[in-house]
Amino acid sequence: MAEKEECVKLLGFWGSPFSRRVEMALKLKGVPYEYLEEDLPNKTSLLLELNPLHKKVPVLVHNDKVLPESHLILEYIDQTWKNNPILPHDPYEKAMARFWAKFIDEQILSLGFRSLVEAEKGREVAIEETQEMLMFLEKEVIGQDFFGGKTIGFLDMVAGSMIPFCLARLWEGLGIDMIPEETFPELNRWIKNLKQVEAVRECIPPRDKQVERMTKIAEKIMST
Amino acid sequence: MEEREEVKLLGVWYSPYAIRPKIALHLKSVEYDYVEEDLFGSKSELLLKSNPVHKKVPVLIHNSKPVCESLNIVEYIDETWNSSGQSILPSHPHDRALARFWSAFVDNKWFPALKLATITKSEDAKAKSMEEVEEGLLQLEDAFVSISKGKSFFGGEAIGFMDICLGSFLVLLKAMEELKGEKLLDESKTPSLCQWGGEFLSDETVKNVVPEIKKVAEFLRELEVRAQSAASRS
Repeated sequence: MAEKEECVKLLGFWGSPFSRRVEMALKLKGVPYEYLEEDLPNKTSLLLELNPLHKKVPVLVHNDKVLPESHLILEYIDQTWKNNPILPHDPYEKAMARFWAKFIDEQILSLGFRSLVEAEKGREVAIEETQEMLMFLEKEVIGQDFFGGKTIGFLDMVAGSMIPFCLARLWEGLGIDMIPEETFPELNRWIKNLKQVEAVRECIPPRDKQVERMTKIAEKIMST
Repeated sequence: MEEREEVKLLGVWYSPYAIRPKIALHLKSVEYDYVEEDLFGSKSELLLKSNPVHKKVPVLIHNSKPVCESLNIVEYIDETWNSSGQSILPSHPHDRALARFWSAFVDNKWFPALKLATITKSEDAKAKSMEEVEEGLLQLEDAFVSISKGKSFFGGEAIGFMDICLGSFLVLLKAMEELKGEKLLDESKTPSLCQWGGEFLSDETVKNVVPEIKKVAEFLRELEVRAQSAASRS
């Protein structure tokens, strides 16, 4: 039986955790794709045409279907290419994965990035608040190799792209030790496990470049 | 003999977010216990225990396991009771993604703009937010026309995920219209959405679940009075 011609394109950005997590999923499932790097902030006309509402990366194009928003794309990839599933099969586990993914992209991102940089109540308070949120995740991964269990899943990709390979670079640039080993042994162990996975390793933005990028963004926010 | 499943829903009566899981449970004919949280009092022990991260309603507790966040709960209900009633989410992965996309738009962009427009004291901010609200409605109108393909609902012949998401705001919208004497859903600008709104609120399942517009309007009036008296005291 002849295989249908699949055409998969991804518009992304090297430093974006939202973009990188989609690449992790495509690589894990062995889906061949064409990668188109956006030279942000100079958005291409293609990006504006494909995602007119939000004008953001990542955008996945699968044959004639266009999809924005990383969570939506990850779920779509999981439903379309069924090997190496990334979402749990059990409805409750699935609901929990989706809940924590939202928590990471909303609460943790907001506290661990903007609130920290703006530090309206002072840097110490911002760090404390971020660590309080991170503690929820610490508890979720106790006794497991990954949030997904024995293998990486949806939540590992969301958390991995956002925390160690994006936010942690900002924290490094600001000289903050946000997730010390003695307070967060489970998260530290999880990060070590993540780096062993090929699909993840290939999607880690170059460290120095990311530290520089995140620090620049922080400086811009602080100066306004 | 089948063991009775324990299904509890924690909510507040007028909240659009709490209405969503109610509609889903009714569509699937699932029996459940409803627990009303005290709006102006302190949060119940059960709520704090079930949703320690956000401490918000709605929360669905199924056999002692809590599920939080309204759209998450609706998906959970659809997947758990998948053999009963109609499917709430579309079956094709791309259609599912579209339904989730527009729901995220409603929750993350459209409704926050409406909320801001209602509570802000700045005339400028209010005008800007209302512009966003109106533009959003036009975008939703286009989305509806394209997704429904001539049928009554976003979900087609029957109510689906996106209908529940946007529809849950309809009573609040109509109550606000009554309170302010201004139209938010305008037939001349968004005719298809207006028709959809009418169909949604007259649906057999929805009718028995949503609160009365009058009651919500009264409640909004009470909230305003409370806010004003609090402001004058400070």
